[in-house]
Amino acid sequence: MRHAFSVRIGPVGFRIGSDWRAPIAALETLYRDYPGPRDGVADFTVRLFARRPWRRFVRPSVEIGGDYMLPEAAPLPLRQGVLAAEMAMNLQMALGARRYLLLHASAVERDGRAVLMTGISGAGKSTLATLLAAKGWRFMGDEFALLDPATGLVHAFPRLISLKNEGIAAAEAAWPAARMGPLLRATPKGDIRHMVPDARAIAAMDTPAAPALLAFPRYGFANETRPVPPAEAFVRMTQASTNYVALGEAGFRGLTGLIAQVPSVAIDYPDGMSAVAQVEALWSAL
Amino acid sequence: MPDALYRGPPEDGLLIAPLDAFTAVYHRASGITHLLTEPAPHILAILQERALSLDSLLDRLERDYDLADGTREALAARLDELVEAGLVARL
Amino acid sequence: MVRVVNDARILARALADPGSVAGLDADGWTALLAMARAEQLIGTLAMRVDGLAMPAAVKAILDDARAAAEHGRRAALWEAEMARRALAAVDCPVVLLKGTAFVAAGLSAGQGRSIGDLDILVPRESIDRVEAALLAAGWEWVKPDPYDDAYYRRWMHELPPLIHRERDRMIDVHHTILPLTARITPDPVALIDDSVPLENGLRTLSPNAMLIHAAAHLFADGDLAGGLRNLWDIRCLVEEFGTDGLAADAGRHGLSAQVARSLRIVDALFGAGEATVIDRLYIRRVTARDGWGRPTRPVTRLAFYIRSHWLRMPPAMLARHLWTKFRKA
Repeated sequence: MRHAFSVRIGPVGFRIGSDWRAPIAALETLYRDYPGPRDGVADFTVRLFARRPWRRFVRPSVEIGGDYMLPEAAPLPLRQGVLAAEMAMNLQMALGARRYLLLHASAVERDGRAVLMTGISGAGKSTLATLLAAKGWRFMGDEFALLDPATGLVHAFPRLISLKNEGIAAAEAAWPAARMGPLLRATPKGDIRHMVPDARAIAAMDTPAAPALLAFPRYGFANETRPVPPAEAFVRMTQASTNYVALGEAGFRGLTGLIAQVPSVAIDYPDGMSAVAQVEALWSAL
Repeated sequence: MPDALYRGPPEDGLLIAPLDAFTAVYHRASGITHLLTEPAPHILAILQERALSLDSLLDRLERDYDLADGTREALAARLDELVEAGLVARL
Repeated sequence: MVRVVNDARILARALADPGSVAGLDADGWTALLAMARAEQLIGTLAMRVDGLAMPAAVKAILDDARAAAEHGRRAALWEAEMARRALAAVDCPVVLLKGTAFVAAGLSAGQGRSIGDLDILVPRESIDRVEAALLAAGWEWVKPDPYDDAYYRRWMHELPPLIHRERDRMIDVHHTILPLTARITPDPVALIDDSVPLENGLRTLSPNAMLIHAAAHLFADGDLAGGLRNLWDIRCLVEEFGTDGLAADAGRHGLSAQVARSLRIVDALFGAGEATVIDRLYIRRVTARDGWGRPTRPVTRLAFYIRSHWLRMPPAMLARHLWTKFRKA
């Protein structure tokens, strides 16, 4: 492919090929402080390509491909190339990751222990993780937490933070000096802006943490926390994990171990600062 | 025609993790995770020891539970579900 | 070392001669892995190079591939077991085909293999009872389209596809190994009569029949996508069972040319054999993959796709079939 870029995020190396220079240039800039794949061999290949040769130039639209592909995926306009790359990398992880149990959760760490925040898109896990990191927690990831079934530890996957809609302003306010990608309006998921995690998060990306709290945040409700019964937490986590089934026995042991050892708490919150306060209160009470 | 026998997985064929009212059960032969409530895990454990007919299973359960009327039909229905899920084989 | 990677012959070489990977640099490994994934051969590659010196990152990737193949193997054997339970009362021979057969019989062709749907062969006269038993045990039709359904039943070599409603896995029930409209008509009764029982009562084709089926599938039935994996299957079967009586058996099923060609191509691709001009066209097709995992050689691919439909049905039928599909769309 004409243009290529490789990067390592946590334990996962990616090779990204593109028919256009622009998305690669953007990725090189945003990921400039990240290492390359181990031994120069990426775990996954991603391709951003034009369906027909002339579509490189006329109404250029980016199709997403790679080791794992979804035939029905709709293309994106070229100016959303970084979003296309992110979606393509997510897809490789979702369909191909085997070494770790993929939890659809954000994660932050303090004193070697981690809070995992899980929930549907819009529940606020990306924004929450960003706000907590601004208060001194180490940022581990906004989308995936990688659980090692053998050790029970969580490994960081600090990709570019994908901020959406109202979360963009909140994160910008908490991190005024952060490096940001362009504001992408009217994507399939609304307004999106990518934020580069802080230097501490990048430097510590290979240091795992022991999970200590599993939170199920819900934005837009009055402050409240309540325990989530183990079976419900288990089911919600299997739904939140794209590779639970593929990991078989290891997935079962890893997830039942997590649920057995770590308290599961639902957190309703009206705004980011209340959520941060509730998480820190729960943490002190552990 | 002799009564059908119901047989559970082999002794090491299941991983069991009690959660609360539900028990998570990993069936190793299929790789499928099931969420079961009592008495299903108990029935599975009995049928892992040996294959039993419906009536023998009923007798065995009467030792451990207070069984109400209509239990035989309910048990047959539960066994059908376990058969469809692949956890129990009907011989 | 700089090497321009043009096609999947490096993958064929790595499989046939695992020691050859010793010379690969990071880019070479990256390209090889992308090709292997695209050709559904990464699990096989992992088995073949297991234990050889390689970068740690590569070893981790191949360990994952082996684990994935093991998981796929278990899922495939479970589907076979559930089909066995559902069909026990039908009391007809149930012959496993393709990847599931290889792993059920513990063959080298099954090691590291990625397995798709469950394929079984049953006698034609039992097909209605088999269908009823599967529907009663939780399988359902994938596509309830009446024209396609009639086409399948009357002309194809299998029932329309079924999928299990809980497990979401497909089963293909064959009553012969090529579409009835193809010009070549193998003898399904002989295939079933010569089948070999497994411990659990399911059956596989005899070794020669497995070879003949793989060759039939490769040349007479498909458009050769996935051909490299099928050719590797054939190589494994030949290594494990030899070719005693193969030519005669192939002749009985009207597949002599296909079997002979597949053996020549296997020899040329994975060994030092001589290929004819036509063989080289097939080799060109099956190695049409680049270091990014993309299919290449579009003209060759298109030629094979058209040819595969032409082989499946006589031209007049093909025209009618395509016209009806076009009108309904």
